[in-house]
Amino acid sequence: MQCQRCQQRPATVHLTQVVNGEKNEVHLCEQCAKEQGYMNYEEESFSLNDLLSGLFHMEGSNNSQVFKESKQAKSGLQCPTCGLTYQEFTRVGKFGCATCYETFDERLDPILRRVHSGNTRHHGKVPKRIGGDLGVRKDIEKHREKLHQLIQDEEFEEAANIRDEIKKLEEELNRGKGGES
Amino acid sequence: MSLEKFMNEAISPWMRHDGPDSDIVLSSRIRLARNFSSEPFPTVAGGEPLQNVLSYMEENFTGQSFRDYEAFQLVKMDELEPIEKRVLVEKHLISPHLVEKGEHSATLISENEQVSIMVNEEDHIRIQLYFPGFQLDRALEQTSQLDDWLEEKVDYAFDEQRGYLTACPTNVGTGMRASVMMHLPALAMTQQINRMTPAINQLGLVVRGIYGEGSEAVGNLFQISNQITLGKSEEDIVEDLHSVVRQLIEQERKARQTLMSRSAVQLEDRIYRSYGVLRHSRIITSKEAAECLSDLRLGIDLGFIKDIPRTILNELMILTQPGFLQRYAGESLDANERDVKRATLIRERIHLEDEDL
Repeated sequence: MQCQRCQQRPATVHLTQVVNGEKNEVHLCEQCAKEQGYMNYEEESFSLNDLLSGLFHMEGSNNSQVFKESKQAKSGLQCPTCGLTYQEFTRVGKFGCATCYETFDERLDPILRRVHSGNTRHHGKVPKRIGGDLGVRKDIEKHREKLHQLIQDEEFEEAANIRDEIKKLEEELNRGKGGES
Repeated sequence: MSLEKFMNEAISPWMRHDGPDSDIVLSSRIRLARNFSSEPFPTVAGGEPLQNVLSYMEENFTGQSFRDYEAFQLVKMDELEPIEKRVLVEKHLISPHLVEKGEHSATLISENEQVSIMVNEEDHIRIQLYFPGFQLDRALEQTSQLDDWLEEKVDYAFDEQRGYLTACPTNVGTGMRASVMMHLPALAMTQQINRMTPAINQLGLVVRGIYGEGSEAVGNLFQISNQITLGKSEEDIVEDLHSVVRQLIEQERKARQTLMSRSAVQLEDRIYRSYGVLRHSRIITSKEAAECLSDLRLGIDLGFIKDIPRTILNELMILTQPGFLQRYAGESLDANERDVKRATLIRERIHLEDEDL
């Protein structure tokens, strides 16, 4: 089969487009497909960016007056470290640096909730070195939850063990603080 | 130095071994996204900060080893020929996005090619680790240790509330993408995979065809991965993925049994036709090759075909892609020439097995 566009090279790219319910098949060679903008080797080629920035703009859109006002207020935000504005962020869908997360913090919850099925807070790994005592504190939190469950299940022997472990962790935490001050 | 090795061998050393359930699961991968706290992300950063990151990684990790992952070698994108970059993408050692980034981008590859640490992709650091077969837990454990090893030298951008900070909000939190590559011919033949996909999506997981467009998977290869990175621990995310993959494996085995009991002859016919095409064709497109290789793999799994080892299919899947074909031919080829070269290469590889017998 020959390329529909240049009528010279063989068609190696076959596309099926559906526009307003009408099906249309296109057969092009690699070069023409590239020129027509059909070739996109990127992994998420359906442009996650477009999708994301669409999500950002949905925010508060049911009231156009409120939307306009809030949009103006938001566009004023700019990251002091990398210079990215909130407007640019919503257009590109990507942060510019670590500080952006603080700069746009109050706007982030709704966005993150949509992207991560309602979640806005991290519940995973903590870096060992720069995480400081955060790892220990998270450990204590986890142990407390376990302790609570064990008491409810009347597993007192195991609960006593967990309680001792919590004590140890708390001592570790205090020692760390004492050493610093 | 050994860049030649990364280029010449179609399959990485770790692919030569079978893993658990490797009749259905080809590989398990964990990818972690990390950033330097001190530099702007590659999304906005200019040459200088990116060069800082690259130099730091080069100085601290080139030639280093961590456990089984020895002698990390830095491969810089701007020092590669286009075909060489394509070869690395086809081997899944780097992403297409890293190639686009070009200058200041690189990857650290371990000797056994199990680990690739991409530098200045969308994030400063992308650690990825592969295991053959279905070994997500092990992959997570080892990737996490590699991550700790890097963290000894790199100040990560981390926030107590938001977790590991990434350029894209879709990666923030754990920064982890766990994925499993599966061969699901029976579920695809019986259209069951299309019915299962929406249910899997509901669990925060994504099903993707690997070489095809959209939901259509050429060669019946599917990638299942987590979509959500925030709000769940790494272990919980992997556990969710694990249980879905486990179910898919069982469903695929069941579907294969059903096909065997209802239409064994038709199945055998299809497998041997594909085998015939691979053995004798003179021109073959990548799509047809992928389809035939899928049938052949199924034929081996079901015991119809006994004289071909499964690993050569992994090899052929990578070897028959455009970058490798051209590397192999030693010249650039247009689509027609590639189809001829592809057919030759497949024939040669299969005949080689005959001689070994």
